[in-house]
Amino acid sequence: MTAPQLEIQAIAVVTAIACAMPGVFLVLRRMAMLSDAISHSILLGIVLAFFATRDLTSPWLVFAAAVTGVATVSLVELLQRTGRVREDAAIGLVFPALFSAGVILISRHAGGVHLDTDAVLMGELAFAPFDRLVVAGRDVGPRALWMMGGILALNGLLTAVFHKELKLATFDAGLAAALGFAPAAVHYGLMSVVSLTAVGAFDAVGAILVVALMIGPPAAAYLLTDRLSAMIGLSALLGAVAAVAGYWVAHALDASLAGCMAVMTGALFALALLLAPERGLLVAARRRQRQRWDFALAMLAIHLAQHEGQPDEHVECLPDHLSDHLRWAPDFAARVVDLARRRDLVVERAGLLALTEAGRDLARAAMVR
Amino acid sequence: MGAILHDLVFDYTLRTVALGSAVLGLASGALGALAMLRRQSLLGDVISHAALPGVALAFLLTGSKAPLALVAGAGVAGWVATLAVGGIVRASRVKSDAALGLALSVFFGAGLVLLTFIQRRPDAAQAGLDKFLFGQAATLLAADVATMAALAAVALAALAVLWKEFKLLAFDPDFAAILGYPTRRLDVLLTTLLVVAIATGLQTVGVVLMSAMIVAPAAAARQWTDRLGRMVPLAGLLGALAGVAGAVLSSTTARLSTGPVIVLCATAIVLVSLGFAPRRGLAWQALRQERARRRLRSETVLIDLYRLAAQHERPADVAHARAVLRAMGTGAGSRRALADLEARGLVRRAGRDDWSLTPAGVAAARAHLAGRDDAEVAS
Repeated sequence: MTAPQLEIQAIAVVTAIACAMPGVFLVLRRMAMLSDAISHSILLGIVLAFFATRDLTSPWLVFAAAVTGVATVSLVELLQRTGRVREDAAIGLVFPALFSAGVILISRHAGGVHLDTDAVLMGELAFAPFDRLVVAGRDVGPRALWMMGGILALNGLLTAVFHKELKLATFDAGLAAALGFAPAAVHYGLMSVVSLTAVGAFDAVGAILVVALMIGPPAAAYLLTDRLSAMIGLSALLGAVAAVAGYWVAHALDASLAGCMAVMTGALFALALLLAPERGLLVAARRRQRQRWDFALAMLAIHLAQHEGQPDEHVECLPDHLSDHLRWAPDFAARVVDLARRRDLVVERAGLLALTEAGRDLARAAMVR
Repeated sequence: MGAILHDLVFDYTLRTVALGSAVLGLASGALGALAMLRRQSLLGDVISHAALPGVALAFLLTGSKAPLALVAGAGVAGWVATLAVGGIVRASRVKSDAALGLALSVFFGAGLVLLTFIQRRPDAAQAGLDKFLFGQAATLLAADVATMAALAAVALAALAVLWKEFKLLAFDPDFAAILGYPTRRLDVLLTTLLVVAIATGLQTVGVVLMSAMIVAPAAAARQWTDRLGRMVPLAGLLGALAGVAGAVLSSTTARLSTGPVIVLCATAIVLVSLGFAPRRGLAWQALRQERARRRLRSETVLIDLYRLAAQHERPADVAHARAVLRAMGTGAGSRRALADLEARGLVRRAGRDDWSLTPAGVAAARAHLAGRDDAEVAS
């Protein structure tokens, strides 16, 4: 592995972890689409600040973009509060307008500058290692790595310090307000963090990967755990895995880095959806299957318990009669009887089915329930 | 203005661009209206982003930029993304917002991957595919517009034929199910029509901004009417208006992608509608509130004056200073309220800033208080 390769992966992993932290709260608060809105509309802030400063490395760009991100959220809420449009429509109105204004400004006035709209969406991760941060004449590493490292540290610090507030405001906003935790402040704080993270990540990885990293890993982690702290840790881990895996897939295919990483977050989510230990689709399917057989066994036991020792025993307890009485297909009935015999719930005596002690217990338990 | 009109009719490029944009605005506006009412505004965002891998794959497979192939690719990809969102929401506890965002970014990421493959192909035919990101109406050909128009016509015809069913589905899907309509199939069909509408606009507006053409005309039309039968055609009309205006503006200016200009036109239409639509317009609402506030204030002043005067034997003859009224809590606006009352002949100025009720004012205050007592008794 060469140094630039290592650096690209380091930037991607740091970005992924930085995105995962606010992402968890966006997903839990059902505001995931705001990350899409914010990551698009910050373009306008960047462009306006660029026109003011004429310097693409100015920290004012980051500041202006973060302000635009928060302004996007306020505009959405303002529109929603007029009662004329619903939230989803408000989001769909605000961010395309701001993004369009940004795109038009770029194409009209910034023609020759390094600021083009494709890069906004796709990022230029492959070139990130060539943009070095030089401090006092010494090369200390890629600028993007320092930028995202700083944002990661900030996000980590804020998540740790305000863990209790975030948790309460996310899961019970009413209680948080009643206890004086100011859910609105928490909301706007979170939106500022999302904006800042999106701005920092946007230059390196592009708007689309920001959205993928903020939503994909937390959504996958949401399927794997019920604990908030575990969800944050898992999201960071899954984000990092997606970043590294995406890098090597892109390397093998010689394709877009941001695109491959976004696809990998989708692949990890699909894996979680299928294989999650409690909520996975496979586990759920197996559980349903098992419940079906358990139910059939219980039905069989109840049926036999009803007719044992009764005058109609010689008909009702015939194995062949089950498909009539319980409306089971003959081969299904045969498999149920077979399973019951293997589990020592029934025995066959003189051609009739009889319950064992265990079978009688099962019937009794099933009927009481 | 006259020159633009002349060009609209006789200039091939401008005519084509304007027609294409009108078609896209019509289809996306009309179908977007139903999508918005069904709270699927952001689904349009997902479908249009998800169209990118479809477009790229169609190009990789067929090697042609024929609009029908690309639109078909976009449609299939958008449709798969929609199904994925629905599947995730139904099969897991992940909520729809996260499912939408995930589908959007993952599909778009796949599109970026496919675009890098296309860019590596030696043939120059790929030039123009990146126009699908932000749209370039100037590259539209008359044949493209014909294809788009045919697709839009099919979609709108289907909307017209199944109008009653879709209306029911939008407002009360449970009732539709009880009546025995195949709601699941209707839902899929309506979403498919939305996908078609979005696919027709990709070449003009681009995948990133096409979602705005689903939401904006619908949100604007919603302000003008409460009837679906009027809202859907109006949304189509406003969409077409935004499309034509944006296309003309961008084609008469150099270096301007069509998509963003059309979106800003649509946004302007939304702002005007939000502000000035009759009844629902925010300007009228503010005006109504101001009028109500003024009326309430002058009534309060009238009653206060009457309460003061009623302490005396002949209420119409005593005057009170405005300072007293202020002390009674009328506060700001008492000057204006008194001027209003004077204009209505209910009070008259008795000194520099002293006021007394006219006989008509006394009668009005009494009538008002009587009415209020009735109301209080009734409640």
